[in-house]
Amino acid sequence: MTALLRIEDVHVSFAAAGWLKALTSGSPRRIEAVAGVSLDIATAETFAVVGESGSGKTTLARAINGLVPVSAGSIAFDGRQLTGLSEAAMGAVRRQMSMIFQDPVGSLSPRLTVRAILAEPFHVHKMAGRDLESRIERLLGLVGLTADFAERYPHQLSGGQARRVGVARAITLEPKLVIADEPTAGLDVSVQGEVLNLLNELQARLGIAILIITHNLNVVRHVADRMAIMYLGRIVEEGPTETIFAAPRHPYTLALLSANPEPDPDAVIDRIELQGEVPSLLQRPAGCEFHTRCPWAAGRCRSEAPAVADLGGGRRFTCHFPRQG
Amino acid sequence: MKHDSSSPVLEIRDLTVEFRTSRGGLKALRHVNLDVPRGEIMGIVGESGCGKSTLISAILGLLATNGAVTSGEIRFDGEDIVTMSAERLRALRGDRLSVVFQDPMTALNPVLTIGTQMTAIQYRTGRSGAEKERRAVDMLARVNIPDPASRLAQYPHQFSGGMRQRICIAMALIAEPDLLIADEPTTALDATLEVQVINLLKELQAEFGCSILFISHHLGVVAELCDRVAVMYAGEVVERGDVRDIFHHASHPYAMKLLQCDPGRIGTATRRLPTIPGDLPDLVDLPQGCIFRGRCDRAIARCVAEPPPEHRVGKAHWAACHVAEEAGP
Repeated sequence: MTALLRIEDVHVSFAAAGWLKALTSGSPRRIEAVAGVSLDIATAETFAVVGESGSGKTTLARAINGLVPVSAGSIAFDGRQLTGLSEAAMGAVRRQMSMIFQDPVGSLSPRLTVRAILAEPFHVHKMAGRDLESRIERLLGLVGLTADFAERYPHQLSGGQARRVGVARAITLEPKLVIADEPTAGLDVSVQGEVLNLLNELQARLGIAILIITHNLNVVRHVADRMAIMYLGRIVEEGPTETIFAAPRHPYTLALLSANPEPDPDAVIDRIELQGEVPSLLQRPAGCEFHTRCPWAAGRCRSEAPAVADLGGGRRFTCHFPRQG
Repeated sequence: MKHDSSSPVLEIRDLTVEFRTSRGGLKALRHVNLDVPRGEIMGIVGESGCGKSTLISAILGLLATNGAVTSGEIRFDGEDIVTMSAERLRALRGDRLSVVFQDPMTALNPVLTIGTQMTAIQYRTGRSGAEKERRAVDMLARVNIPDPASRLAQYPHQFSGGMRQRICIAMALIAEPDLLIADEPTTALDATLEVQVINLLKELQAEFGCSILFISHHLGVVAELCDRVAVMYAGEVVERGDVRDIFHHASHPYAMKLLQCDPGRIGTATRRLPTIPGDLPDLVDLPQGCIFRGRCDRAIARCVAEPPPEHRVGKAHWAACHVAEEAGP
């Protein structure tokens, strides 16, 4: 398996305080939103990054696409090192790597018609040929919209239709990788199914790799080949989706899986309820960073950070006392 | 002025709400019947555009100026909210009728401390300042905010999202209302925090004995929290009943399809998820007959000719569907 995207020990940090505040309050000047993430994505594979607000999943997606600078580590895409590339060179890379943004309507310019929105990537990359019109029509067809949608403005689209246009825009230049940031957030369940079916279908037809960022585990289960769970900017568990659902090892994964309310009033829920709040990135807990909320935390967890345990087959986690699946 | 405890705290009968638009009257709610029994949690599920939010606005008397109740009544403890004076309604809201909104950040005033907001909301009680503050601290402790007394001096941005929503719940319950309306209170929260809020609502409901009208599009949350459920589609209640009736024996085709679409109910991993083909009908230019027939694969000739009335399909279980009627209870 050659990796299409290889991320190694990537860090992304943001300025958190000026020097004066840092000096007087003792808080760090920078926070690490992504703190040492490594992962591989193969061609035509769907990889899901799961985590709650503030876990750094969106920042990771933006770092891969070069929308936020990486402070350390390396990102290689299609055999090419992306960290340190000039903006112009990165622009060319983005032809192969497109993004579906979180807000379906907000990510479309309100003053452009669907035609103009879909034509823009061709113009940006100087690929607009005489067949532009037919290509736009074909794109709309691919995402299940009729040709007359080209005349519409974003406000004339429903959430599901706007999402389809977002997907169409992402595949205009036939990329090798699509990064989808919460592609179903805010959509109703029936429409959510449509969008996920569309992504699955396009992947099968066009052989694109998809990196899907989400907090919805129900979604992950039906689209992703492999998944990683993030907490406070680090991956705590990673592996094939099926085995993680069947036998989670990290307590946080277990809690996340059990926090998924089941649409059955008689379901017997063996739930792990996490206590307390997500710690601030300004004050990362010592030892295992999950110990403040972990029901199984012991003395060792408070002082010593667990190393990455590798079970083979791409299955990794960081925990001193893993659950037995 | 309490009525007997067996009658529902909220009774909605034949409620129709219409908005004036440039294209004509938009009937956002049509002939809605709904009861919220005392001490129970009633869930309303439905997708965007089904009228959930309009229903809440109508109950609170907060419809936009181009909207009006054109028929029916909303009886709160026997009194009709529709015909009530603005003054009387204002006396009910925030006292016997309170709300938790979807987004805890915009529901709280960002430039006032939590303490100021939590004492201001008790203006009707006649308690002294110190008493109000004590009550605020008690409520914060009750919703598991650590170190509540010192946090009264803090502003909303100093709390996490989950904490803010718990503060909103504390504020809504501080007056011990008879009915709490919760409008998608967990939508903005992460899964583990969502579970915290659901458990908290359950505990508080048992403790305060109030009724809760819980609006959500998350079927799992509704199944877990609610005693009764109403399913809405395009401005109508298409099915209502006990939570088990709805989740185990749904009889309206829309309710069935909606449940099938929930990926949480699909046990084995699949790359092809069920959907509901078709679009919502135009509420300005309503189709004849059943509102769902355009997307229903069981529609018969009668569905085009006449709108299905609500009829009983179980002990306390109603559905508005001709096909379900023929299948019988």
